[in-house]
Amino acid sequence: MIEKAMRSGSRLERVLRAGLFAVTAELNPPDTADPQAVYDAALVLSEVADGINATDASGANCHMSSISICALLTRAGYEAVYQMSCRDRNRIALQGDLLGASALGVKNVLCLTGDDVTAGDQPEAKRVFDFDSMQLLRTATTMRDRAMFLSGRKLTVPPHLFLGAAENPSAPPLDWRPQRLAKKIEAGADFIQTQYIFDIAIFQKFMARVRDLGAHQRAYILAGVGPLRSPKAAEFMRAHVPGVHIPEAIIDRLHKTPKARWVEEGMTICVELIEQIRAIAGVAGVHVMAYRQEELVVEIIRRAKLFPRVPPEALTRSVPNDRA
Amino acid sequence: MLRFLQASPHFLEVIYNATHSLLKPFRRLLKPNSLTERVFVQGEIITKGAIFNCQMCGQCVLHSTGMTCPMNCPKNLRNGPCGGVRANGNCEVIPTMRCVWVEAYERSQQMPLYGQEMLNVLPPLNRQLQNTSAWINDFAQPEKFQPVGWAESPSPAGRGDRGEGERHD
Repeated sequence: MIEKAMRSGSRLERVLRAGLFAVTAELNPPDTADPQAVYDAALVLSEVADGINATDASGANCHMSSISICALLTRAGYEAVYQMSCRDRNRIALQGDLLGASALGVKNVLCLTGDDVTAGDQPEAKRVFDFDSMQLLRTATTMRDRAMFLSGRKLTVPPHLFLGAAENPSAPPLDWRPQRLAKKIEAGADFIQTQYIFDIAIFQKFMARVRDLGAHQRAYILAGVGPLRSPKAAEFMRAHVPGVHIPEAIIDRLHKTPKARWVEEGMTICVELIEQIRAIAGVAGVHVMAYRQEELVVEIIRRAKLFPRVPPEALTRSVPNDRA
Repeated sequence: MLRFLQASPHFLEVIYNATHSLLKPFRRLLKPNSLTERVFVQGEIITKGAIFNCQMCGQCVLHSTGMTCPMNCPKNLRNGPCGGVRANGNCEVIPTMRCVWVEAYERSQQMPLYGQEMLNVLPPLNRQLQNTSAWINDFAQPEKFQPVGWAESPSPAGRGDRGEGERHD
């Protein structure tokens, strides 16, 4: 579908290139030094996901670091999507981690600006933001395609990475969001994972503009979804998680549901959203973010009829062009 | 007067052009680390400080950012808004402040000369230029505005895939 050179040959990339509707899922980083917590979550998610996103202290809350989660995931043979935020590290650390991640076997990287430190549990921290997400993307493409650091210094072997970026179709300025997505593709994004989509009307309008720009033909767009656990959780997310927009109708629907059926109703809403999203032209997959409810992801993907996933061995294997 | 300037992005881009043309013949005199620079720094603090709340990054990109200083963004974003902008268009970090980029986008719509430059991917900041004169740097050492490895077309191997020169506008 998209005529680009194979970037990393990751499972996620191969699924997308084969034109299959991809599923990625977020792994919530544990607050423990025990690797088993990561393995337990990955075991559940790997059944239904073509890639497992390791979040980088999302919401600026301190957890096990994303690079170490990726190290555990690749060690156990899982497909990791390494989330890298510009909030906590400067360009020296970021470029070093891109190399290191590739050495660990990571093949997908999601480049993010990052939620501000004030959103998290340690708002008194120093924010870094030496780069923004677009500068990180272009730096990663420089390393991959030109085999050099941003300083111009040569790399012996470049990192082969399938590069992603985020977009939030529901945040102002709404008119400019599709162009910002195109700008991220210009900066080097091969795939996009969006923030939670709860408002289909806004997303449809966004995608119509994205198609006008032809951006869906230059990168694979995965729409973010997730189950809401309770009306209170939905209200909390809307008020406290940066950039999450939940329409009143969905919160009302949960309020009218008896407490015992909240989780069930949350999943139903999520499945309905996935079905509506699949019907939109130009969407290449979904990204499921189920905060502390990984066990629900399998059920959601089953009900959305996206299960079973294509086994990795059924996908064409291709070695990335070595341009070193 | 100040309010008038702040509300007139088109007028500001015209002033930018005029200043550029005015200084160009004297570019040989505009040297970094000189007495001239100290004068320029003071001048920029007074003028750009008053109009844009300039933070003296020393690599001014106002014409590419809707005549709105991106250094007022708490995350110092140079390439557009983050995903955390509130529904009312205010900043994720400072809830009482309008998002710098929401403002920049609106203002760029009134800028026929440079409005389109919002779509350019701008290089990371050179932190060594903090508190120096952007005008002098622009004429005397523009190479310091982007790292050696920063390419306008990042992936020679991947460039052919961008469609038929499709621009996003």
